[in-house]
Amino acid sequence: MAELGTVAELVEASSPTAAASAALEVREVFVELGGRPVLEHANLTIDHGELVGLIGPNGAGKTTLLRTILGVQRAVGGEVTVEGRPARPGRTPIGYVPQRHEFAWEFPISMADTVMTGLTRQLGLLRHPRERHWLAVADALDRVRMTHLAKRPIGQLSGGQRQRVLVARALALRPAVLLLDEPFTGLDMPAQELLSELFTDLAREGRAVLMATHDLASALYTCDRIALLNRTVVATGAPSVLAADTAVWSDTFGVGENSALLRILKAA
Amino acid sequence: MSPLDFLANLLNPDLAFLPKALAVAVMSSVVCGVVGSFVVLRGMAFIGDAVAHAVFPGLAVAFVVSGNLVLGGTIAGVLTAILVAVFSQNRRLKEDSIIGVFFVAAFALGIVVISSAPGYAGSLQQFLFGSITGIPDSDLWVVGITSLLVLAVVFGLHKEFVTISLDRESARALGVPVFGLDLTLYILVTLAVVISVQTIGNILVLALLVTPAATARLLTDRLGVMMALAPAIGALSALVGLYVSWSWDLPTGGTVVLVLTAAFLLAWTLGPRHGLFSRNRQRAARAASTHAGGVPA
Repeated sequence: MAELGTVAELVEASSPTAAASAALEVREVFVELGGRPVLEHANLTIDHGELVGLIGPNGAGKTTLLRTILGVQRAVGGEVTVEGRPARPGRTPIGYVPQRHEFAWEFPISMADTVMTGLTRQLGLLRHPRERHWLAVADALDRVRMTHLAKRPIGQLSGGQRQRVLVARALALRPAVLLLDEPFTGLDMPAQELLSELFTDLAREGRAVLMATHDLASALYTCDRIALLNRTVVATGAPSVLAADTAVWSDTFGVGENSALLRILKAA
Repeated sequence: MSPLDFLANLLNPDLAFLPKALAVAVMSSVVCGVVGSFVVLRGMAFIGDAVAHAVFPGLAVAFVVSGNLVLGGTIAGVLTAILVAVFSQNRRLKEDSIIGVFFVAAFALGIVVISSAPGYAGSLQQFLFGSITGIPDSDLWVVGITSLLVLAVVFGLHKEFVTISLDRESARALGVPVFGLDLTLYILVTLAVVISVQTIGNILVLALLVTPAATARLLTDRLGVMMALAPAIGALSALVGLYVSWSWDLPTGGTVVLVLTAAFLLAWTLGPRHGLFSRNRQRAARAASTHAGGVPA
């Protein structure tokens, strides 16, 4: 006990913010798009090592929330902090994995070079990658188990492999926070399961992982926590606890008692 | 005319305009090939066409007031690009409609401006279809320096251009200045167009920008190779085109473009991996391995 206490004190002394604050904290965030409020009083805290599923109907503001965390979308009010510091694009290492269709897959580039683009800003203007940057790329590819395909042109990859490249690119910066936008869309079950395992592992290694998804079943099964979103974070909790509270789900999605959605919850 | 006679003509001091035209055509092709690689990969061909037309009023004004053509064309091209960027903010219209409105307007403005110059029919034809005579020595310098500048910027910002071409949202999240880089790329396209307009002509310049890069894309899956092949194909086609047009007294711009098109068709039918024949072969190979049950996902 005494030894543990000393370690904790040391950590706290060396980096007070990291030890005291959550990996990601969204506080009272308010976002407008074209004069229309999209997010209001959104609050969400994610700790290191946690895999959180972000669930809500179309237009609930899932992508907007991710973009706000990234700093790409300006919030009218509220604050986003990563390890206690305000998040800024290019300054705060947040890994972002966009939806697969938002990427130019026909571009003539290898997988390793694609992952290297995750370090563009870190390299800086007129700088070429050095050994440590290639090491970071090799690490990221290894992490998603794609080292053997490093030189393959990205156009030749399958859907599941493409999702892995995007994850590897996000990991190249060695971020503390990882944001995933609909990673399962259009993938078959085996590919989805492999990815779920990967996301769980990435969280267990100490990252905070936030995943926007429509795939209710796999979110309930994989995630440590679920956050229900519709204009604001309606509720958050462990899947088993949250699944029991069907009222909050029908509230978030605006569905009736006989909805298939609620039946899936009861089955889970 | 044999290639040897062509070489003799190139060295003939009485035909001094010919090597100058060749130098400008080759430099333009190299620059257009490199910049065009991004135009092709980003699906910007229509923007390239728009810029090509948009530089026209600038050329016309410069011509009328006897100013610098490269400078005039660049200003007009950049102004149009900014107008398109600003007007595209209105979400009711898509960007291609805005481009459609502005590039024809710019072109129309150019025609009205140039009509006020004496002997305008001749100069109009020269602008639209290019001409190999009458390139002043000073232009050689302007084109050369502009070429070096454009190439330096493309190579200097290479990884940034690749990053924003792959996926803009992630680039923004990384803190890469997407809008500034887009504008830079438009300016580079404008410069490539302006230096090429003289020999190849305003209407045909799009071919120099798109065709060599598209041909190179058919031949490789690697960006570095593509960006080396495209200028090589462009420069070689410019040389062959100039030779053919000089030998048979054909319009230079049109001939160069037809040579480029021939190269493209050749790559389409015979190219490795992507070509018509090898595609059939690949399909057969794939079918065979499917039956053997050994296809990786």
